[in-house]
This record gives sequence, C-alpha cells and structure tokens, in this order.
Amino acid sequence: MEALSHVNYWAAIVLAMIGLYAVIAPSNLIKKLIGLGIFQSAIFLIYITAGKVEGGTAPIIDAGHAVYSNPLPHVLILTAIVVAVSTLAVGLALTVAIKRDYGTVEEDEIDEQDRR
Amino acid sequence: MVSLRNLLAAALVLGIYSLVMAALWVVLDAVDVAFTEAAVGAGVTTVFMLLAIAATGRHEKIAHRRPWLPILISLAVGGLLVYGTLDLPAFGDPEAPAQQHVGPHYIEQGEAETGVPNIVTAVLASYRGFDTLGEVTVIFTAGIGVLLMLGIIRRRRHAADDDARDRE
Repeated sequence: MEALSHVNYWAAIVLAMIGLYAVIAPSNLIKKLIGLGIFQSAIFLIYITAGKVEGGTAPIIDAGHAVYSNPLPHVLILTAIVVAVSTLAVGLALTVAIKRDYGTVEEDEIDEQDRR
Repeated sequence: MVSLRNLLAAALVLGIYSLVMAALWVVLDAVDVAFTEAAVGAGVTTVFMLLAIAATGRHEKIAHRRPWLPILISLAVGGLLVYGTLDLPAFGDPEAPAQQHVGPHYIEQGEAETGVPNIVTAVLASYRGFDTLGEVTVIFTAGIGVLLMLGIIRRRRHAADDDARDRE
C-alpha cells in the first residue's frame, strides 16, 4: 500500500501532461482550449484528493458521522470550476473573432497571413 | 479527445469526461463540487464548445506538427512534478498539514457560527464570502468581454459601414 500512497498525485500529473501536450501540439485553437480544460481538471483533482480524509464523508454535519473530509478545497475548486468556464467562454469568443477576421482557426495559417 | 480530428466528437468526449469527473468527485466526498462539475463543466462548457465549433468549422485541418518537442516538454514537466510529490503527505492521511489548519475549525464550529449544516455552503457564503464576490466579478468581466468581442464590435463595424455609405 505504501507504494500507492501518492497515486492520486500521479494520476493528476498524467492528466496535466496530456493537457500540456494538447495545449502545445495542435494547431487548431479549439483543440488548445480543450487541452486547457484537461489541464485544469488535473489541478482540481490534486486539490480534491488533498482534502480527502481516510474514512471521512461529505462535509455536511450529521449526527451519524464523526469524520468529515476537508471542506476548504471543495470551496476553492467550486470557485475554480466557475472561473474555468468563464475563461473558456472568453477563449472561445476570441477564437470566433479570429475566425471572423482571418477566416481560419489554424495557428499555422494565421501565422502565414500575419507574415504577408 | 486530444487525437480526435473531428472537433465535434472531441467536444462531446470532453463533456463525457467532465461527467465522469463529477462521479469521481462524489467518490472523493466533494458532493458540491460534483454538482457544479455536472451542471457547469458537463453542461454549460459543452454548449459553449458546440456553439464555437458551429461558428468556426468542425474539422481540424492540420495534423499535429513536430509532436516530439511537446511530448518532451510534457514528460519533463511531469517528471519534475512526480519528483515534487515525493515529499507530499499520503492520500487520505488525516494528519496531513492541510487537515490541521482551518478545516477542523469549520467542521467543529461551522454549524454553530453560521447556522448552515453544509460546511461547504457555510465557507462559500460566509467565511470566504469575499472569494465568492471575486468569482462573481470574474464572471461579470468574462461576460462583458465575450459580449464586446462578439456583439458590440460587430455592431460598430456595421455603423462605420453605414457612415461610409452615407458619405457617398
């Protein structure tokens, strides 16, 4: 069990690596935003697993339970999810505006048009 | 979803992924986060994605160029992060520093101090109310930004066109 005690962090790191790759590699701007979403969910996973207590339950006070998971990371990530959607909306709006002005959402083609 | 060339499929897979994450939050005791993820992450995000894809085209034209550099960067960052986790407390450890700070105070005193049995709600609306105010500010700013980029700028351009036509 000792070897698996940090597996939650490693799962989040694998997600972060996939997200990072998906932000850098694709030329398509929408694809990059999807990568950003994966990366963000990796951060959420780190926070929520850090708040988990062995044998704990959801932090809603109830006479039948004594051990609760830490509520603070839940609050922070609740806020972060909403902020993530806001940033995604701005990113998508930028992409639509780029499509309108350049006629494409592929980064390579945009670069080419800028060089001309 | 990273390798799918059809963006519509990628967006739908992202929505399903978000729903699976919501189930995972329930398992990890974060029921409020699960609500938000299912409603906002799986619902609103997917709608935004589909709207944007409808406006920009559903096919990715170019395959990932030079994939080795991004793979190398991801692996390097991942390796550094794994090295960083070695000092972190084990999963579920009740003695972890994160579990010793303000968390116990919220759980023990939260109901008496705020009158709300759901501690996440108590922290969100009472103890960290200013955080929530900041969050609302961010949403407001993002909404204004989206409107500016999609609506008002376009209207101005039309107005400029009209002015030009009037001058002729």
